[in-house]
Amino acid sequence: MELKFILESLLFSAQKPLNVKELRDVFATAAEAEDADAAVKSLKKVKEEDVTAALETLAAEHEAAARSYRLVCVAGSWQFVTQPEFAPWLKALVGVKARPSRLSQPALETLAIIAYRQPVTRAEVEQIRGVNIDGTMQTLLERGLVESTGRAEVVGRPQIYSTTTMFLEYFGLRGLEDLPAADELRRIPIERPPAPVTADPGLATVPPEQLNLEAAEGKSQKVET
Amino acid sequence: MSLRRFKVSRFMAEYKVQFEVFEGPLDLLLYLIKQEEVDIYEVNLTKLATQFIAHIDLMREFDLEIAGEFLVMASTLMYIKSRELLPVDQQVVVEGEDEGEDPRWELIRQLVEYKKFKDAAAKLQVREAEQENIFPRVPEKIEFASGAPVAKPDVSIFDLLNAVNVVLQRFTKRDESSRDVYEDKWTVSEKIEYVMGVLNSRGSVRFAELFENASSRTEVICTFLALLELIRLKQLACTQPEAFEEIEIRKAVPMAVAPPAENQTTQNNPPSEITNP
Repeated sequence: MELKFILESLLFSAQKPLNVKELRDVFATAAEAEDADAAVKSLKKVKEEDVTAALETLAAEHEAAARSYRLVCVAGSWQFVTQPEFAPWLKALVGVKARPSRLSQPALETLAIIAYRQPVTRAEVEQIRGVNIDGTMQTLLERGLVESTGRAEVVGRPQIYSTTTMFLEYFGLRGLEDLPAADELRRIPIERPPAPVTADPGLATVPPEQLNLEAAEGKSQKVET
Repeated sequence: MSLRRFKVSRFMAEYKVQFEVFEGPLDLLLYLIKQEEVDIYEVNLTKLATQFIAHIDLMREFDLEIAGEFLVMASTLMYIKSRELLPVDQQVVVEGEDEGEDPRWELIRQLVEYKKFKDAAAKLQVREAEQENIFPRVPEKIEFASGAPVAKPDVSIFDLLNAVNVVLQRFTKRDESSRDVYEDKWTVSEKIEYVMGVLNSRGSVRFAELFENASSRTEVICTFLALLELIRLKQLACTQPEAFEEIEIRKAVPMAVAPPAENQTTQNNPPSEITNP
């Protein structure tokens, strides 16, 4: 029996999303049953990478089959979910999902910065956003989307913040590497263009004729200082 | 905290003012750059400074609270603008900072960075909305052999003996009053058929019910032996829903359920021992 189909059956009937460790525990328990046959026993110590690879294959196959549901990994746990386009009928069937109200624009911006730059201090976030973030941080902390994960070893030892598992679950992300354009926004500094192109030509870069003399003087003054 | 964006309709200037929240000075600057339809790297900061200050003036006119951050940005822009009024070689070089931070570059870097996070936030917002429409598969809890006696307290041979003793007390009293002699009309095999018949029609039966119609001590013992025999053959299972409650007898679930411990006890006790309580 193929590993991926065993995994499929487990996730199909699981009560909650299962991570690789939990799935491997199932294989270990199944192999210990008295009537376990050779096939079951052979999977007792199935390797973590084998399980992950089988799950990836399975997810890809479901994706390719373009069914109404797919296999996803959220915060490390795998589960079957429906495709979003079927929501109108599902809402009629099971009711609207109980979710807290949507996040405000400031909250989303603050959360995005924390997510990409974590662990990060409040001051660093304020630096990027250019505004005070006390209020939005409070909201994010209360909703359990971010948490304090220690203190930065700088003056004043400010608290540093990171996103939580709930953050991943809320946005249906597999992990932090699953964030859109993750590598670009992580730590890479923004490259300075070869020359500042913002100067207004004819204003400052090219001194007007009549200023040439003063300009020369200015230069000599500069040398003196 | 935040200032507002004004979109004044051309046709109803006085009446139709839309308020949109700006998240801060950088947000306002990005909005102005977007209106200019130029790349951030190519924006004319001098012009931008003029527009920014015009906006602040407009906000003042509308009596809106202007956050400190906007004033800081206004002053930065004024500084950049004033620098650009001078030829490059006459510009002030702050001591100790030699050529270091070009305020123009510093501002653009900040704008580009902020823009990227703003875009990232927009993507998160899309995901947030999308998540509301994704439903996980949550199956019912699977219950194998529902109502099976597995979880219930085991019934031991002693529990059964106690129960049959209670039934037999009924006859000890009666036997003293009348001393008629009966021939044994009942056999164990007959009673096995009787018990199985009851269970086939009812599914489960309470211990005392089996003896309700018994008319003599012998009959009770025959039924009891039949019961023990059936338990030994794993045809029946005895359960006690709660301690000290009436023992319940049901047909054993074929396989799946491990035979309750009392079956083992029954097997090990020869019937002869049990028949003389």
